[in-house]
Amino acid sequence: MSTASENTKLAQATQWIDARFPMTSLWRDHISEYYAPKNFNFWYYFGSLAMLVLVIQLVTGIFLTMNYKPDARFAFASVEYIMRDVNYGWLIRYMHSTGASMFFVVVYLHMCRGLMYGSYRKPRELVWLIGMGIYLCLMGEAFMGYLLPWGQMSYWGAQVIISLFDAISPPLALWIRGDFVVSDATLNRFFAFHVIALPLVLVGLVLVHIIALHEVGSNNPDGVEIKKHKDPVTHKPLDGINFHPYYTLKDLVGVSVFLAIFSAVVFFAPEMGGYFLEANNFIPADPMKTPPHIAPVWYFTPYYAILRAIPQKQLGVIAMGAAVLIFLALPWLDRGAVKSIRYRGTLYKTAFGMFITAFLILGYMGTQDPNLWYVNPVSQVCTAIYFAFFLLMPIYSKLDKTLPEPDRVTS
Amino acid sequence: MKQHARLMKILFSFVALTALCAGLVGQSALAHEELVLDRAPIVEGDKASLQRGARAFANYCQNCHSAQYLRYSRLTDIGLSEEEIKSNLMFSSDKIGDTMTVALDKADAKAWFGNPPPDLSVEARVRGADWLYSYLRGFYKDSSRPTGWNNTVYHNVGMPHVLYELQGVQEMSGEEGAQSLKVVHPGKLSPAEYNQFSADLVNYLVWMAEPAKATRIQIGVLAIFFCVVAFFVTLALKKEFWKDIH
Repeated sequence: MSTASENTKLAQATQWIDARFPMTSLWRDHISEYYAPKNFNFWYYFGSLAMLVLVIQLVTGIFLTMNYKPDARFAFASVEYIMRDVNYGWLIRYMHSTGASMFFVVVYLHMCRGLMYGSYRKPRELVWLIGMGIYLCLMGEAFMGYLLPWGQMSYWGAQVIISLFDAISPPLALWIRGDFVVSDATLNRFFAFHVIALPLVLVGLVLVHIIALHEVGSNNPDGVEIKKHKDPVTHKPLDGINFHPYYTLKDLVGVSVFLAIFSAVVFFAPEMGGYFLEANNFIPADPMKTPPHIAPVWYFTPYYAILRAIPQKQLGVIAMGAAVLIFLALPWLDRGAVKSIRYRGTLYKTAFGMFITAFLILGYMGTQDPNLWYVNPVSQVCTAIYFAFFLLMPIYSKLDKTLPEPDRVTS
Repeated sequence: MKQHARLMKILFSFVALTALCAGLVGQSALAHEELVLDRAPIVEGDKASLQRGARAFANYCQNCHSAQYLRYSRLTDIGLSEEEIKSNLMFSSDKIGDTMTVALDKADAKAWFGNPPPDLSVEARVRGADWLYSYLRGFYKDSSRPTGWNNTVYHNVGMPHVLYELQGVQEMSGEEGAQSLKVVHPGKLSPAEYNQFSADLVNYLVWMAEPAKATRIQIGVLAIFFCVVAFFVTLALKKEFWKDIH
């Protein structure tokens, strides 16, 4: 058993570590001998891209923290200091601000993939629930991070969102703010949550998400289980391929395309027409001056539109919360005979199409002035569609005339 | 695969339709409320224009408006030497590393104008070049205002027309709904010269709001080029490895 390679220093070092830490077996289980279905398509890039954005946010975040000052007197100025006087500070800041929006772009696409191919269904319910945990955490992270530049939109956006808790319980809102209005106390605690508390939870949840995924195995665009057909000798799934090198290399292609788009925004349109960085946020926060039009950043606007669509404020807050949390029930609402939308019938496809359309329209309505005549009625119709998609799912997914699933994955 | 292609088509047509509707509705909404602004005729990176704008800023704006996030030394980026900056533009400070502050007391300013004049470091990112250009040219005489001045794009503005010596005095005339500005007392500059003066000042304000912009775009070209190269390399590598997967 003494081949040349085993005698090299590297192999000895590996053995030394493996005797003390499962390095090789971890690598095998999760990377080189993790078998993923061979028919992943375009929609399967967004999981690894979400990880990439997480890393970008963590690294740029660390460097921003070195010069940012979480103090209501200095916060706005310290951001401009980063933009002007810190070497490549503008780049770090734009990467972070663009990364925030791009995080939601890839996460929404990743979630849409899960919806399309039934990735939340048995046996992947926990993968889905943990993923929802990541999504909720991300929303908190984005909301708190948005206060830190201490511009007018930061300030009044936070003021409006925290005041929603006032509708539920005023002491709760006071407890969150740490003051009667959004103030230095709020800024400091949001900073603490944004830079350490939530990132810790986020990274932990991402690890758990992947461990759970690797336990049950990845779903695929056909929604069929590759573990049903294994090679009798090697016991590897016949339709599975090694994550490394096949998907590591494929994902690198996705990374190149993603980084090209990311760079296009960072270097040529960091404000993204006011959707990533709002013009009013270049005005320092002024507690005495309410801006005429306060809208959250684009990734919250679908929920914001739902909030505004309900005439009664408390009910609106409840509807908004329910709109986010209802995703958690998805694994138990879907009674379809098949997982993937490829084999679903007209009924489900129509419902899905209407849901996606309603979500996008709600997102747009959330950016619009609520006094415009069409904003309220359109938001109300879309809110109804949004909830109907979930609440009626047990019925229409069961009635749906599905096509037979293939036995093996199609290419 | 066929069903899948059909699904993608349905999905994309939904998205496209939504975007189209949103765009149309949005446009009509904007047309309803937006001010009509004149396009600012600026050439970003035109150093002569930026230097004229810097001089205008130091002479006319910086008595009241600070640019507290910009250091004087940064003006070397628009082609000025430290000597030139020190002797021509630094009235309130003698250290080249200082930021452009003003001596005006905030409490005094509030008493005189209602609100202290805002810092202008990032004003161009708030308002946009076209708004600033229209604003600088939009002052007219209005005896109902405490300062005697009003503005077409900033209604009931607290700032008086400090540039009237240059532009002259404009008056609003004509019927309700079809009003226009007319110069009733000419200033030192002709209308064309004043437009150029405003454009230079706006150009400078835009530069000052993000001095790193030119660098950003330069590096951006390299970054995109790198990503495109990376795309072809990784794609070739992926194809090579995936040859045996059917």
